[in-house]
Amino acid sequence: MTGKTKFKVATTSLAGCFGCHMSFLDIDERLFELLEHIEFDRSPFTDIKTVGPCDFGIIEGGVCNAENVHVLREFRRRCKTLVAIGACAITGGLPAQRNHLDLADCLREVYQTEPGTEGGRIPDDPELPLPLDKVHPIHEVVRVDYFIPGCPPSADTIWKFFNDLLAGRTPTYPHGLIRYD
Amino acid sequence: MTDQPTFTLDGEEIPFAEGQTVLQAALTADVYIPHLCYHPEFKPHGSCKVCTIRADGRNAAACTLPARAGMAVESASDALNGLRKVLVQMLFAEGNHFCPACEASGDCQLQALGYDLQVTTAGFRHFYPVRPVDASHPELWLDFNRCILCELCVRASNEVDGKSVFGLSGRGAGKHLIVNALSGRLADTDIAVTDKAVEVCPVGVILKKRDGFAVPIGQRRFDRSPISAQAARDAPRAARGSKEDA
Ligand code: SF4
Ligand code: SF4
Ligand code: FES
Repeated sequence: MTGKTKFKVATTSLAGCFGCHMSFLDIDERLFELLEHIEFDRSPFTDIKTVGPCDFGIIEGGVCNAENVHVLREFRRRCKTLVAIGACAITGGLPAQRNHLDLADCLREVYQTEPGTEGGRIPDDPELPLPLDKVHPIHEVVRVDYFIPGCPPSADTIWKFFNDLLAGRTPTYPHGLIRYD
Repeated sequence: MTDQPTFTLDGEEIPFAEGQTVLQAALTADVYIPHLCYHPEFKPHGSCKVCTIRADGRNAAACTLPARAGMAVESASDALNGLRKVLVQMLFAEGNHFCPACEASGDCQLQALGYDLQVTTAGFRHFYPVRPVDASHPELWLDFNRCILCELCVRASNEVDGKSVFGLSGRGAGKHLIVNALSGRLADTDIAVTDKAVEVCPVGVILKKRDGFAVPIGQRRFDRSPISAQAARDAPRAARGSKEDA
C-alpha cells in the first residue's frame, strides 16, 4: 500500500438495520488510517446517490424488494469486488424470518388487523418498490466475492477484513472475530 | 503403553485400544478430528460425514471406522477440511439458521464448526423450509428449524432415558424430526426436563423454557475457545465408551 491512488469504496444498506454501517464507524480512530488507503463513493457516509466505478462495493442487508435488486445489480456492475457484510446480506437475517409466511398475510397483519390500524390501507403508492415474495441473501442474486459474517460483525472483524484485503491476502477470521450472532 | 497398537494420524503416532474407532482413539490421544453427529456417550451413527478422513487412501467416517494397527490416516488436509466445510454449508442452507435469534448461539456445535472451518456463507441457495415450532410443553420447546438430523436425541431417549420420545421420519429433503405422540405434540409425550435427550442436542432444537440467557452471549462454551481446542474435555468419556461397546 505505497501507491498514491486510493481504492474507491461504495457501501449501501438494502434490507438491513444499518447496524453493519454503525459497526464500520465503530473502528473509530483507525478510520483515519483506513482513509489513507480508501475513499468513499456512494455511501450513507457521503450521501452520494449513484455508484461510480469502484474497487469495492460493500453491501449490508438482504434483498426484500425490487429496488434492492436494482441497487444490488448496479453495485455488481460498477464494483470490481463485491463484499457481503452481516447476517442479513449473507443469510437474509431477521427480515428473512418472514419467508415461511404468506406475504399478503404479513401486509394485512401489519396494516389492517393490528389494533389501531384496523380498516387501514396497505400502502400502494407507485413510488414504493414492490416487495418480493421472499427475502434473499445477496449471493442468490449476484456473484459475491467476500463475506464478513456477524450481526453485526465487530469493528475488529471489519478492520481485519480491510487489513487482509489491502495487503493482498484472502481475509481470514481467527476465533473471536468470526461470529454469526 | 508400549505394546499398544498404533496408527498414524497426519503423521503422528496414535495408540488405540481394541474396539476403538479412529475418532475415539484420536480423541483419547487429545487429537481433534471435526465431528458433529458423534457423541462419546453414544454408539456412532455415521450420518453427518463431517468426520471424514482418508485412511490408507480411502475416504471413511472416522467415527465408525475401527482403528487398525499401521493404518495411515489423513485428517487435517485442505482437501478434507474443504469437504467438511461444504457439508456444514449444506446444513446451514437446508434448515433455517438465524444465529442472532437463537438461544443456542455460542453453545452450538454446528456454528462452532462453521467458525473453525471459516464458513462465512452457506454459498448454496437457502431452502427456507417451513417448519413450525412446537411450544406445547410447559417446560420445553422444539424449534425444528435448526434440526440437523443427527439422531443424538433419538439415541439418548432410547438408550439412556428408556422412552423413545424422538424419531426421524421421511426421506431425503423431507426427512424431519417427530415426537412419539398420537397428537404429534411434545406435551403429549413422557419427556422430562431432566432427560438426557434434552441435554444432548448439539444445536438449538430442544430448548428449556425460561432458561435462554442463563449464560450471557459472549461467555458461552464456544465463545470462550474454539471447538477444536475442547476435544480433551470429552476424551475420558470416549475411552470409557469404547470399553462399554467392546
Ligand atoms: S442452531 Fe446453531 S447454527 Fe442454528 S441458528 Fe442456532 S446457533 Fe445458529
Ligand atoms: S433435535 Fe437435535 S439431537 Fe435431535 S436430531 Fe435434531 S439436531 Fe440432532
Ligand atoms: S461424526 Fe462421523 S459421521 Fe458424523
